[in-house]
Amino acid sequence: MLAAFPHAMPFEGLIGGLMIGVAAALMLLGLGRIAGVSGLAARATGIADGGAPRSVAIAFIIGLPLGAFLMSLATGGVVTRFPPSVIPMILGGLLVGFGTRLGSGCTSGHGVCGMSRLSRRSLIATAIFMASGFATVALMRLGGLL
Amino acid sequence: MIRLVIALVAGSIFGAGLAYSGMSDPARVQGFLDLFGYWDPTLAFVMGGAIIPMAIAWLVQRRIEKPFADTQFSLPGTQIIDRKLAIGAVLFGAGWGISGLCPGPGLADLAINPLPALVFVAAMLAGMLVHRVTN
Repeated sequence: MLAAFPHAMPFEGLIGGLMIGVAAALMLLGLGRIAGVSGLAARATGIADGGAPRSVAIAFIIGLPLGAFLMSLATGGVVTRFPPSVIPMILGGLLVGFGTRLGSGCTSGHGVCGMSRLSRRSLIATAIFMASGFATVALMRLGGLL
Repeated sequence: MIRLVIALVAGSIFGAGLAYSGMSDPARVQGFLDLFGYWDPTLAFVMGGAIIPMAIAWLVQRRIEKPFADTQFSLPGTQIIDRKLAIGAVLFGAGWGISGLCPGPGLADLAINPLPALVFVAAMLAGMLVHRVTN
């Protein structure tokens, strides 16, 4: 859709992004909580003790695949292109799990909720994980892994 | 009960938004991080779109005493910027780049592409558990 970037989906991105923002706003104004997926996932599974009531965390986490499934039904299928090997899934998953707990948040908590609050802590965390992501993929490209 | 319904609805809208925006597609997310390949700016539109309703929600939050369905706001108050925050973000960013997944899309993809998503989610929970037992 963007002439210079033939793969981009700016319209779908914006609409999907608005939905994510509305969902986070519902958590904030309805339940008084941050829609941080890493924190809620840790809470739902019992890995974290504090934070939202466990039942609330479980309900939110169940909603993620449920909503994705309904969207997939409504649109006739959602494309997910995974790497052919399980190694990046295992290595990436371990780093995402450990890193989001150590850094107290991920793309949703720091990125969406924290940045919109102009939290300095979240702005810095988001800048660092973005830079780290760019650097990691650049190194993968350099190493012939992409 | 109403709180569980709100959380389930919020999670579902979140998951539907991830799927609609293309963010449940690891290759598309990795494409955003791939500055030296075929850069795909879609993620920037998603982030921009998500921040608009949330910025409005924060303005509303400052003007109300308590949330609609709970007795008080339970929000992170810490302002500390320390090594934990920085190292955690570096590690998370690396894992995000390697897999093309962060926690939300990983969980959402359990319903779309269960096998590889399950491998990611299991590894992610293992990483969280490692953090818990080492800290």
